[in-house]
Amino acid sequence: MFHLELLVVGLIWGAMYAMMALGLTLVYGLLRILHVAHAGVFALGAYAGVLTANATGSLWLAVPAAIGVAAAVGPLIYRFIYAPMLSRPPYVALIASIGLFIAMEDGFRLLFGPYGLPFDYNPWFVTTYSLGGISLNVVQIAMAVSTLVLAGAFGVFIAATRVGVAWRATVSDPQMAQSFGIDPVRVRYLNFAIGSAMAGAAGLLVGLLNNLVEPGMGAVVSYKGLAIIVLGGLGNVPGAVVASLILGVVESFGTVYLAAVLDRDAIAFAVLIAVLLIRPRGLFAPAR
Amino acid sequence: MEAYILSLVVFGALNVMLALGLNMISGFCGQISLGHAAFYGTGAYAAALLSISGLPFAASLALGALVAGALGLVVGFATLRVREDFLAITTMGVGFLFLGFVRKQEWLGGEFGVAQIPSPLSPLGFAVLAVGGALAMVALSLHLRRSWMGEVFRAVAADEDAASTLGVDTARYKLWAFVLGTACAGFAGGIYAHVTGLIVPDAFDFIQSVTILAMVVVGGIGSTWGVLAGAVLLTLMPELFRFVNDYKLLIYGALLLAVMRWSPSGLAGLAALVRRALRSSPA
Repeated sequence: MFHLELLVVGLIWGAMYAMMALGLTLVYGLLRILHVAHAGVFALGAYAGVLTANATGSLWLAVPAAIGVAAAVGPLIYRFIYAPMLSRPPYVALIASIGLFIAMEDGFRLLFGPYGLPFDYNPWFVTTYSLGGISLNVVQIAMAVSTLVLAGAFGVFIAATRVGVAWRATVSDPQMAQSFGIDPVRVRYLNFAIGSAMAGAAGLLVGLLNNLVEPGMGAVVSYKGLAIIVLGGLGNVPGAVVASLILGVVESFGTVYLAAVLDRDAIAFAVLIAVLLIRPRGLFAPAR
Repeated sequence: MEAYILSLVVFGALNVMLALGLNMISGFCGQISLGHAAFYGTGAYAAALLSISGLPFAASLALGALVAGALGLVVGFATLRVREDFLAITTMGVGFLFLGFVRKQEWLGGEFGVAQIPSPLSPLGFAVLAVGGALAMVALSLHLRRSWMGEVFRAVAADEDAASTLGVDTARYKLWAFVLGTACAGFAGGIYAHVTGLIVPDAFDFIQSVTILAMVVVGGIGSTWGVLAGAVLLTLMPELFRFVNDYKLLIYGALLLAVMRWSPSGLAGLAALVRRALRSSPA
């Protein structure tokens, strides 16, 4: 029973990682950029959510606020920061991204205080359901469900719509796609908007789960997100989802069985390094 | 006031050592590392524990550098097959693994770190030692750049596959870069431990790794003089920006972003631009 509970809780964390990692891997697949500032977007979504919820008293309004703000900021980051750097060596965008993330994190601290903002009213946190003997609160259930819905919708969108086809074409061969009349820049904007929307949703859910939105909340998630997309084969979308779930479960068991040797946040990287020793390009093949 | 200036000199010199060491790995040999603080920490912990166990200061420093270099060899070996972005994330992972491990070890003091490390020198003595060490590393770095090994590093950085086609044992030279660069960090770590008398795991976290990389990049990756200037500048910056102390990290992040956005080859790139402009303008 205890192990089943660890498994379920691990899968739920894994689902949250997947929401975060999808945006990262999409950006990498398209632009070859390690988008560390994705964590800033994650925290921004959470702040937009908590401010809206506390101002209006409605958690439902917090959801579009978190997703909308994040989806608006993502493309701006592309336009003003990454776009002028695309021809530079990859470390340029990486360090710019780290710089942006540090500045965002500190900006949140200065604006909203170092101790973070709690939700005034968070019924989703206290309402619990018992599923087969495992007690979960509404936020945890929402995490699992929204990942399923978002990943599913994204899969359909990629597989079956015209825009999705244009997207896949751009990822696999940008020049060829352009010759066929696809505007690669529009695909990139869309890419950042969708990835950031998911990060904003994930940020809000983590904020609800801890009942606290604090400036540093994005950091660890983002570093783990990078580990996940490397594990999943950089740019490989299904690979990233599978790696997220694996990591969630390994962490959940690891915090119980490895607590004497490693802290929780190091487990992801222990797994990463162990896997890369055997398969230097991740569990699954990278895009392109 | 004097103590303040001396400590600033020590920390500036330590940063120069760290940045020059990383520049050997990332600048000369093209292997981006996001975990350099782990080797700084390894040197600090090793030297501190040896010193506490009664070993003379000089021996502790040397062994600290050796242990860090040995760990660098292991990490270098483990990451030989991993390239570019995969390498950046793996070395970042090494940093987190180091922290996660040290925090949980009773014999390394866990979260509270190691305290009561003997302090064998006066503040002035430490300043002389650190500046001497930094100058030695500048000399090593300049020499390395001109040597045969530096030439091979450049080839590996420019195009690893081409270098290996030309018969260069790229693995061996990448390992050398790792060992040299991490040993420099370990040496700096040993001095740091004895200057402060107290080390905690959080002093060697990801932000510290990024800070070291930022010194390299702001100075101009691959350029010894540029990196030297970058390390000095980023050491002084928090002091210069004292009046906006609360906004320190905000400004730091924005500076990194701005340098990458407008001058990605750093101070060295700016200096080259100025030199070229001076030469092309009629005297």
